[in-house]
Amino acid sequence: MLAEFLQYLFTGITIGATYALIALGFTLIYNASHVINFAQGEFLMIGGMATVSLTAMGVPMIIAVVLAVVLAGILGIALQRFAIAPAKQADVVTLIIITIGASIFIRGIAQLVWGKEYHVMQNFSTDQPIEVFGAVLNSQSLWVLGVGAILVVALVLFFTKTLIGKAILATSMNKEAARLVGIRTQMVLMLAFMVSALLGSVAGIVVAPITFTSYDIGIILGLKGFVAAAIGGLGSGVGAVVGGLSLGIVEAMAAGYISSDYKDAVAFSMILLVLFFMPRGLFGAKVVERV
Amino acid sequence: MFKTVIRRAGKCAVVAAAGLMMMSAQAAEPIKIGSFLSVTGPASFLGDPELKTLEMYVEKINEEGGVLGRQLELIHYDDVGNASSARNFASRLIRSDRVDIIVGGSTTGATMAAVPLIQQAKVPLISLAGAVVITTPVKEWVFKTPQTDRMAAERILTDMKERGITRFGLISGTGGFGSSGRTQTLEVAEQMGMEVVADVTYSGSDTDMTAQLTNIRNTSGVEAVLNFGFGQGPAIVTRNYAQLGMELPFYQSHGVASDSFLELAGASAEGLRLPASPLLVPDSLPEDDPQKEVVQNYKAEYEARWDSKVSTFGAYAYDGLMLAVRAIEEAGSTDPEAVREALENIDGYVGVTGVFNMSPEDHNGLDPDSFRILEVQDGEWKLIK
Repeated sequence: MLAEFLQYLFTGITIGATYALIALGFTLIYNASHVINFAQGEFLMIGGMATVSLTAMGVPMIIAVVLAVVLAGILGIALQRFAIAPAKQADVVTLIIITIGASIFIRGIAQLVWGKEYHVMQNFSTDQPIEVFGAVLNSQSLWVLGVGAILVVALVLFFTKTLIGKAILATSMNKEAARLVGIRTQMVLMLAFMVSALLGSVAGIVVAPITFTSYDIGIILGLKGFVAAAIGGLGSGVGAVVGGLSLGIVEAMAAGYISSDYKDAVAFSMILLVLFFMPRGLFGAKVVERV
Repeated sequence: MFKTVIRRAGKCAVVAAAGLMMMSAQAAEPIKIGSFLSVTGPASFLGDPELKTLEMYVEKINEEGGVLGRQLELIHYDDVGNASSARNFASRLIRSDRVDIIVGGSTTGATMAAVPLIQQAKVPLISLAGAVVITTPVKEWVFKTPQTDRMAAERILTDMKERGITRFGLISGTGGFGSSGRTQTLEVAEQMGMEVVADVTYSGSDTDMTAQLTNIRNTSGVEAVLNFGFGQGPAIVTRNYAQLGMELPFYQSHGVASDSFLELAGASAEGLRLPASPLLVPDSLPEDDPQKEVVQNYKAEYEARWDSKVSTFGAYAYDGLMLAVRAIEEAGSTDPEAVREALENIDGYVGVTGVFNMSPEDHNGLDPDSFRILEVQDGEWKLIK
């Protein structure tokens, strides 16, 4: 009984941590610009796919990871410079639509470069699962959780301790005022896209050994990550983590105890309930409308 | 007077010459083979090798002099895996291209969308899609080359029975292939007196099936596990199965019978069994196997021409094209009714997928034994029987 419960819990936490990392990427860009970046899943894909293809070319794993993350970072900057920035004063909705277009574009390129097959990445450490009270845990899950935790802490420090982090926060609160005090808001936006691309690609790399990777992996995971971000309240880092983990755990429990057919239904009912009673999500900021 | 005679004679000669030219043009007019395949989009892993195979063999047949002394012309459209564009393209093939026969429909959805048109227009269609609904009940003008999922279920369950297994757990994908496979498995199991003690599903986007497998593992009386699905899902199931340390006999469906599955599942695939086309093990087929030569040739020719691995799906197109050619030759013309009848009477055609024996009641012509049972040993496919 306990073994069964633990098994579902492990499964849920692993998937949940993945969702949380993606949700954090959404949160970051949302904070800086109020744009929901639907190309977030594509950063994830770029991370995984680039690492796989570089290692296949004989590049050592660690260098491949670094190169893949750098590539994603450049892509994040390019996305902001060439797609978002030219739209200048456009509506947030328009910008969101631009990100959807960008995601389709990136996916198309990836499909041309890497083909349509699924690719496999080796576990970072042993393939041998770890046994805890009769339940088994994939060693890669620990990597996902560990890297996730480190990234969350790093982000918190980035936003509270560094000037750039504070500049991003300031821009999100009031763009005009931020510009008045000398913050280069375009630069800040670009930074936000870059950091969120780095975050996404790292998530893509650590989960690739569990989920496999392919040119279209970003659609599914990106969407789930968005759901997690919405549950947590868009814009809240803690919310993204809690939202991701709870979404993952609810999914796994539903698949285990109720029926796998209703797994997604349960997850989506959860978002409905949360948004119904707490329209700003679990940890959403209280926003006072300016008149 | 004389002049007019000459003029008239000249006119006659011109008319006669024109007439002759028209006749010879008619004789040399190519046989039009229409095709709509999912060359791009989510089902491109089906359509891509299928189109390559069609192109390559149409070329080859033409070099060797064509069929009935006429060249073949391949008219092809890409339906991107979308059923409604498949229907539009089928209509264009029939109405504006006026093709003599259609080989195509990579997916069951695309095929079934075109079927009403085909039946109405009375043009023979040889589908390359799997599900049993395409040829059951029999539709006058519709044929298909892949085995049905029902045959796969029969083949797997027969193998289980031979190993003394009567109670098994089923995990299937919720996609078209998985859910149709699930229905067929449940029906076949009942017929064969076997019991499906656990029945769980996963959706195509799931990235972890540990929960579902734990559910099966905790069901009492499970003696084996069968996974019906395709894409990356079954590879994840296979990995989770190994991670959970489950040691019951494990079966996959023909949906993942490809080398890329072995690559994805890695060492976790060790020991699992599945029904597959002999194309995966061309060299281990016994010498007296009638398919051995056909299979080896197709593999060699495809890989030499395209410099990529041969796939079972391309073989469906090979068999489709060859059946069409054979039927046109038997019929001696491209008259649709004659070709249809010839297709229906094909007997003992040795293809890559199997040996086809069509009949008015059976527009597929294969039996479950055309599937070989393979087992993964040391990271490679091994022929069991």
